[in-house]
Amino acid sequence: MSDVTVAAELKTEPKLVTNQLPAAEIMGESPLHHADLESVAKHGPQEGGVHFHERKLMGLLTLRCMPSAEQQEVIKSLLGVALPMQPLTSVTADDSPIGKVSVRWVSPDEWLIIMVGEKAFELETSFFEKLMGHYSLVNISGGTTIFNVSGRHVVDMLKKSTPVDLHASEFPVGKVVSTVFAKSGAMICRVAEDQFELVVRRSFADYLWLWIQDASREYGLVVHH
Amino acid sequence: MTQDLSKQSNRLQEGGRIDRAKPLTFTYNGKQYKGFEGDTLASALLANGVDIVGRSFKYSRPRGIVAAGAEEPNAIMQIGSTEATQIPNVRATQQSLYAGLVASSTNGWPNVDMDLMGLVGKVGGKMMPPGFYYKTFMYPKSMWETYESYIRKAAGLGRAPKENDPDIYDKMNQHCDLLIVGAGPAGLAAALSAARAGARVIIADEQSEFGGSLLSSKETLNGKPAAEWVAEVVQELSGCADVLMLPNSQVNGYHDHNFLTIQQHCTDQFADRAPNGQIAQRLHRVRAKWVILATGAHERPLVYGNNDIPGCMVANAVSTYINRYGVVPGKDLVLMTSNDNAYRAALDWHDAGRRVVAIVDSRKNPKGTFVEAARERGISILVGSGVIEAHGNKRVTGVSIAPLNEAGDAVVGPIVKMAADTVATSGGWSPVIHLSCHTGARPVWNDDILGFTPGKTYQKQLTAGAINGAFSTAAALSEGFSAASDALSHLGLAKPERVLPEAEQIQESKAMALFHLPHTKPTSKAPKQFVDYQNDVTAAGIELACREGFESIEHVKRYTAMGFGTDQGKLGNINGMAIAAKILKQTIPQTGTTIFRPNYTPVTFGAIAGRDCGELFDPKRYTAMHAWHVERGAKFEDVGQWKRAWYYPKGNETMQEALNRECLATRESVGILDASTLGKIDIQGKDAREFLGRVYTNAWAKLPVGKCRYGLMCGEDGMVFDDGVTSCLAENHFLMTTTTGGAARVLSWLEIYHQTEWPELEVYFTSVTDHWSTMTISGPNSRKLLEKLTDYDVSKDNMAFMDWKSMTVAGVPARVFRISFTGELSFEINVQANYGMHVWKALFEQGEEFNLTPYGTETMHILRAEKGFIIAGQDTDGSVHPFDLGMSWAVSMQKPFSFIGKRGMQREDCVRENRKQLVGLKTIDPNVVLPEGAQGVFDPKAPIPMPMVGHVTSSYWSANLNRSVAMGFVKGGLDKMGQKVFYPLADGRVIEAEICSPVFLDPKGERQHV
Amino acid sequence: MFHIYCPHCCEYREEEEFHVAGQAHIARPLDPDACTDKEWGEFMYFRANPRGIHHELWVHGAGCRKYFNVTRDTQTYEIKEVYKVGEKPSVVADDVK
Repeated sequence: MSDVTVAAELKTEPKLVTNQLPAAEIMGESPLHHADLESVAKHGPQEGGVHFHERKLMGLLTLRCMPSAEQQEVIKSLLGVALPMQPLTSVTADDSPIGKVSVRWVSPDEWLIIMVGEKAFELETSFFEKLMGHYSLVNISGGTTIFNVSGRHVVDMLKKSTPVDLHASEFPVGKVVSTVFAKSGAMICRVAEDQFELVVRRSFADYLWLWIQDASREYGLVVHH
Repeated sequence: MTQDLSKQSNRLQEGGRIDRAKPLTFTYNGKQYKGFEGDTLASALLANGVDIVGRSFKYSRPRGIVAAGAEEPNAIMQIGSTEATQIPNVRATQQSLYAGLVASSTNGWPNVDMDLMGLVGKVGGKMMPPGFYYKTFMYPKSMWETYESYIRKAAGLGRAPKENDPDIYDKMNQHCDLLIVGAGPAGLAAALSAARAGARVIIADEQSEFGGSLLSSKETLNGKPAAEWVAEVVQELSGCADVLMLPNSQVNGYHDHNFLTIQQHCTDQFADRAPNGQIAQRLHRVRAKWVILATGAHERPLVYGNNDIPGCMVANAVSTYINRYGVVPGKDLVLMTSNDNAYRAALDWHDAGRRVVAIVDSRKNPKGTFVEAARERGISILVGSGVIEAHGNKRVTGVSIAPLNEAGDAVVGPIVKMAADTVATSGGWSPVIHLSCHTGARPVWNDDILGFTPGKTYQKQLTAGAINGAFSTAAALSEGFSAASDALSHLGLAKPERVLPEAEQIQESKAMALFHLPHTKPTSKAPKQFVDYQNDVTAAGIELACREGFESIEHVKRYTAMGFGTDQGKLGNINGMAIAAKILKQTIPQTGTTIFRPNYTPVTFGAIAGRDCGELFDPKRYTAMHAWHVERGAKFEDVGQWKRAWYYPKGNETMQEALNRECLATRESVGILDASTLGKIDIQGKDAREFLGRVYTNAWAKLPVGKCRYGLMCGEDGMVFDDGVTSCLAENHFLMTTTTGGAARVLSWLEIYHQTEWPELEVYFTSVTDHWSTMTISGPNSRKLLEKLTDYDVSKDNMAFMDWKSMTVAGVPARVFRISFTGELSFEINVQANYGMHVWKALFEQGEEFNLTPYGTETMHILRAEKGFIIAGQDTDGSVHPFDLGMSWAVSMQKPFSFIGKRGMQREDCVRENRKQLVGLKTIDPNVVLPEGAQGVFDPKAPIPMPMVGHVTSSYWSANLNRSVAMGFVKGGLDKMGQKVFYPLADGRVIEAEICSPVFLDPKGERQHV
Repeated sequence: MFHIYCPHCCEYREEEEFHVAGQAHIARPLDPDACTDKEWGEFMYFRANPRGIHHELWVHGAGCRKYFNVTRDTQTYEIKEVYKVGEKPSVVADDVK
């Protein structure tokens, strides 16, 4: 059992950090597994105003911290990029110690760190080993998924779903907001002119997937796998 | 039935904005008619000479089209060619004509032309004075339903479809720098200026085309027909990326902080059903940095005898039908006016080649551009006179005209009768201030324009054009530009160049304040003089209300029902106030006005619901194993938004049979519950332990790593609101669980205390509810099952009750908690949710030899009730503290910090004798299951009302005990063990029960410790 | 529908992202056990209901999940200012001044 536990047996450790992923042969099921997006992508429309893609099984960590200058330095070395301290901003790094990483501001003491699923435990471990002081880092990979939506009508679809102003002058590429989405919520990040990522909770994923299909109907929805 | 379809007797050969090359066939009250593209339903009906469009509400009098816009009170239609596409309450003046449109009048039963109610109406009218509802129908109260159905049927306010609406309705959130309401001259001038300055602009207008009054007059701009300028502006605006133009769109509500709602008719203006995939109506929810109200004005009709006979119209509507739709709604016109402006109706009528019988002007000496134009055409003008009465039944046949005194309130000479089929009247213009009122602004009376203008506002709102009393086109254009300039400077944008078209110079002489024409008889005896057509409120009715002592205009409104119709009294309210003011011998500003509320015009339920209907009505939350439950045939229960498996019937099992099987299998071998919906909160920080001690009632200081503990959470009042197990993962790291329904509330609870009371505590909370899939295996064979899936030593010695361990289950890293909500040996397995289904299925693969049985929430409830475990929210209701629950063991009064709830539960009322306490209830007849909610009494023979001593909170059939089990509150119950309590039921039965310990099974708790 | 400036996100958001959490500046007594029943009752249940300037605690529930204070005019619904927890309002009612 030693392979799964770093700290559980070390009773004096302040925090518990464990690998939560099984060996690669056990396939994970993303929150939209049941929707069989692969065959929707194959048999569904190939043209339309809104495009949809689930970035599934990603690694997502919630960092809570009011970082001191010292902590910020350590975090920068671990992430390969400085924490975005400006509200509603995000940063990405392609060559961080854990590969491609995106760091998104959530609140003055909260960030969301996104990377490939297999790297989450590595990052958790390096935080545990290197970052001192008060903070919390929580793995939320299983409770979260990412919808990538794009296309020439993507803003129209989003305007039906969220009260946030999405005009390019107010919502440039890189901006990130946590907000209301339909009758649920989402963290919305503009990753390109006509492309957004929605970070949503697992249990709401099916509702939001139905919602997006419905809201996109007048524009045509193309699903990618 | 069939008519000559080409015959549109009132249609002009040329002119108007209709396309005569595109005839459209439509049906009204079962008959087919023809109109043209560009018509409204109202203009098409008038073109076809349809006089009667409804019957009045109270008196059942025939009514015709009065106006040409949103203010129309009579032509209220039911639209729809199929049952599913029925829309009630549509104003014919606002409904674009389309091929195949099916409309019917809604007032009039059984039909508008031959009305049985007419007879009743003539008699009933006498019986229906103002205050009619209050006076008559409230008594006896029991008869109200009878009265109501009679009134509704007779009033015919339209009906909802009986089938589901097949169309799609939608909502869209919009943001802009500037929202301009109204696309008349003021609105267009403002939009153009703002668009040129680069502002984000939304301009909305309720009409199918932009242009407003410019489309209805013969005015010129820059020497060309005004419509040409409109077309140029529309073209320029449509080329601006940041300008959103919304025709067919009513701005219906103006709410706080410049939030406005706009109902856009997307396809229902040209089709009965939206073409596939298209949106029928869209509600725009707009947040505007600035708003310009350029909503124009409504012309006021005058109040005179029989002013509701079809053929009586507002003057401006006559011009609109002629100029915009090429329809002259009659042959011989009498125009009655108190101002110059209305002369245009007579000029247009005359120029259309029909006869103007006379212009009757209440003023002694009118002069001005339009007056002169009338004289030039040789139209007879009777000055210092008034139309005091119209004659006719289903259509006007003539009028009585009399000379008036200077004040216009007495007849001072002989009556002249003239034949005519149309009476157009104008008492001046009322600015459309409705939206400004929505945010609470009190309208202000302006004597210069004889109307109310918008009052002081706290919104970022500007007004332009006729809404301010700037009635001329030149003034409206100028005000539109100025308002835009002001808005742009507030927004920090560059001011635009002043480029406005040149409007005609028109001289108008002063208008006279005239609302209600006198009659030779007193008002109460004169023929009915209608103020509010929709609610049949007359001048006599208002007089009566005032005489009966209603002096506030708000009371007069409610007593007479003036302005209570779907038109909100757009035409009649000012006249009504003027009449009340006169009777009360005060001025109009002293009398005041009633306030308009949202919505400006009726909004369909579809637009309000949007796409939040059907499957999308409310989010449905699913666990990672949901598909398995569905496949297994589970019945589901809603817990908050979660869909939880309720029970899993096999074959033809009844619910009770399934529950019995699930309960027995769990206690005899092993059952499994999907518990993923429980709230889970990751808590980290060196003060985590201290924080837990403050929010839970029990002690946390010494909980060792690897251990779990049950805790109760109370409010400051000392009352329990949630409970759950919290585990110590590491020295500064805990996992808290909450009830399924309480998860969000508990997280907010922790945050508010941390952020506002104890920010010095170093602790962070993160929801991990969705991250972990939780499956509870419970029963004597649960350990054997777990052993088949893990190498870890889960024996009693290595993993005791209330321990948790990290281990691998079915190849997946898991956190397993040895906690129990059933009283059995139990393991709660938590794995990362993407692997929940894998582990769940693996448990079933290995569980066959133990008859592993899935159970749902109902069996969970039964099993815990057998053990006397509470469910927060079912056995608590916000009025019980831990001691009431007999859970003093979960409260540590010795903790150094005064935990939340401690002080509250020590209040005088909380420590008194005889509080209701939770106890077990054993029915004397073991086969009887007490109904939950039943109220207990100590003496079933006591006279009614019997003193009630507490209710049943949980009650089930226990297959394991072969009897019923129940819990409930009983006054002083903990000291009454063995005593009897009785439950008299509504069906006459009285169930007798004995007060006992709530722990019905395994009172020593041996089963969970094995 | 209010338009509320979140002092943590530093921009205006729609009311539907927020929840009101009651009157601001209701501090929990430091020593609850020393409170009389009356004092404890005042703390728990008694709140101001002014006509005019009022201070309220709001939370940006759908956004950053931070609590903050709002000074609002209960007559006009104008929001006069927002300020963080622990800070004092700069706009107060005349009778408080």
